[in-house]
Amino acid sequence: MGKLARGVAVVGAGVSRFGAFKEKTSRDLFVESFQDMVNSVDKGFDPGEIEALYLGNFSSDLFEGQGHTAPIMAEWAGIIPAAATRLEDACASGGVALRQGILAVASGAYDLVLVGGVEKMNNLPTEKVTDTLAAASDTLYEASAGFTFPGLYAAIATAYMARYGITPEYFMRVGIKNHNNGKLNPKAQFQTTIRDLLEGRKAKLAAQGKPVPDWQDELDFLRDDSANPVVAWPMRLFDCSPITDGAACLLLVSEEMATRFTDRPVYIIGSGQASDYPLHTRSDLTSLGSARLAARQAYEMAGVTPRDIKVAEVHDCFTVAEVVATEDLGFFAPGEGARAAAEGRTARSGDRPINTSGGLKAKGHPVGASGVAQAVEVFLQLRGEAGARQVPGANLGLTHNVGATGGTCTVHIYERR
Amino acid sequence: MFTRDAFVGWLQEKKLMGARCGKCGQVYLPPRPYCPSCRSSEMEWHELSGRGEVAAFTAVHVAPTFMEKQGFGRGKPYATAVVRLQEGPGISARLVGVDAARPEEIKVGTQVEVDFLEVEAEGGKQVDLAFRPAT
Repeated sequence: MGKLARGVAVVGAGVSRFGAFKEKTSRDLFVESFQDMVNSVDKGFDPGEIEALYLGNFSSDLFEGQGHTAPIMAEWAGIIPAAATRLEDACASGGVALRQGILAVASGAYDLVLVGGVEKMNNLPTEKVTDTLAAASDTLYEASAGFTFPGLYAAIATAYMARYGITPEYFMRVGIKNHNNGKLNPKAQFQTTIRDLLEGRKAKLAAQGKPVPDWQDELDFLRDDSANPVVAWPMRLFDCSPITDGAACLLLVSEEMATRFTDRPVYIIGSGQASDYPLHTRSDLTSLGSARLAARQAYEMAGVTPRDIKVAEVHDCFTVAEVVATEDLGFFAPGEGARAAAEGRTARSGDRPINTSGGLKAKGHPVGASGVAQAVEVFLQLRGEAGARQVPGANLGLTHNVGATGGTCTVHIYERR
Repeated sequence: MFTRDAFVGWLQEKKLMGARCGKCGQVYLPPRPYCPSCRSSEMEWHELSGRGEVAAFTAVHVAPTFMEKQGFGRGKPYATAVVRLQEGPGISARLVGVDAARPEEIKVGTQVEVDFLEVEAEGGKQVDLAFRPAT
C-alpha cells in the first residue's frame, strides 16, 4: 500500500443515456459513451493512440449470450489493436476496471488508457435478471437459501434497524433525495421526482374514474403497498435500483501528459480496494468491512480526510446501502447515516452532498458500468460542468463502488487543482 | 470429502454437519476442506447443535425462479435469514414458523433451532436447511 509510482489524470469522461432500450446492444451503448468521452476532451486527441482498454462488465454472457466482450467493445470504438481486458467483480466491475487502468498508467506500462463499463440488462425478463444478479452472491450458500439481491440488502437493513432503532421510512428518504437529483440529470433513467410520480399516479387514477388515494406526501405514497410494493422487506420497489442498459468511459493519462489534452484535468489522488466474506460469515452486518478498508487506503494515499470531500457518488444499489456507505466512508458515525439522510444533510444543498447524479437509484444501475459512471459524475462536478445539479466549489470528490454485499469494494478520490 | 455434496447429503439425513479443524479447533459451517485460520487441512466432521439466533432476515416477495416453482412470490412471501449459531459460525437459511406476510413481527435476535424442510425440487423430494423459533 502507499503511493502511485506516478500521477494519473482523467482528461475525458462520457456516459451513454441510461434506461431500458430494446433496440440497443452493449456495443451501441459503449460507442455512445465513447463518443461522449471523445467530445469531452478539450484539446482533442486521436483515439488511435489509446494503448489499452480496461472494461467493467458483470455478465454479458448471461444477459446477451456474449462472452469475450472487451475486444468487441474495442473494435466498435475503433481502438484495435489496443490491449482489451474485461474485469468482473459483480457490481464493482467498473470500479475495479478503473483501478486497473490507474495502476497500468501509474506503473508506466501505458500512457493512455481507456476505462470503460457496460451492461445491457433489459434483454431478459425480470425473474431471469433476478437470477443472474443472484449469481453474484454465494450461489451455493446464499442464493440457495432463497436470498435474492434485494433480499441480502434487506437483511442488512433489518440488522441496521434493530441495532439503531430506526424505521424503513429513513431509507425511503434516500430514494426521494436521489430521485430529486436524477430529475436534473439528462442522462438518468428516471428524471422524475417521487412527488412527480405521486401526482402522476393521482392524475391517472382520476382520469380513469377510479378512487384517488389521499397521499399526503412522498412518504405516505411510499408506504402504500399498491404504489410501492415490497420486493424483499423492508426494501420496496423505490428502495431498489432499476434494471438498466448503459455504458460509461474515462480517458486516463499520465499526469505529465495531462495538459496536452486539457487545461482542466481531474487528478486521481487516492485509490483503494478490498474484499470481504459473504454476509453470513461476518460479525457485523451493519457495515461493509471492504468499504471501510478501501476508504482508509484511498484517504491515506490522497492525504485527505472524509471532512475534505465535497461531493461523493456512493453505491446505492439499495437505499440502505447508501446509508451504510456514508458511515463506512467516515462521513457520519455508525448509526448516524440514516438520521443524516432524513435531515437533508446528503441533499445537494446539504453539508454532505451524496449522489448528485441521482445515484444508482434514479440515474440507473447498469451493473458493470456503474463504477465508471460514478467517476464521470465526479469529473463533471469537479470541472463545474454538472449543470443544474452542480455543487458550488466542488474541488475534491470520491466514488465508492461495491460488488455484491461488499465482497468487493473500490474507493477513489479525485482532485481539481 | 468436505464438499457441498457431502453437506447436502448430511442434510438429507437431517443432520447439520460442519467441519472442525483438528489443529486449531475452529468450526466451519458450511464445511470446507482447508482452514483459512491456521492453514491446516486436518478437518473432521462436526455436528452442530442447530441452536442460534436470527442476526438478520428478510421476507422475499419477488422470488427467484426456483422458489417460484415451490409456489412463492408476490402474494406469498417467504422468510429467509442469516442465523448465528451458538458454536460461532453463521449461515444463510430459510426461516419457517414465522409469518412472512407480517415481517414487522419478526425480530432480529430471535432464538431459533434447526429445522429440516422437505421440499419438492426438480430432482424430486429433498431436504433443505431451515430454522424456526426455538420452543
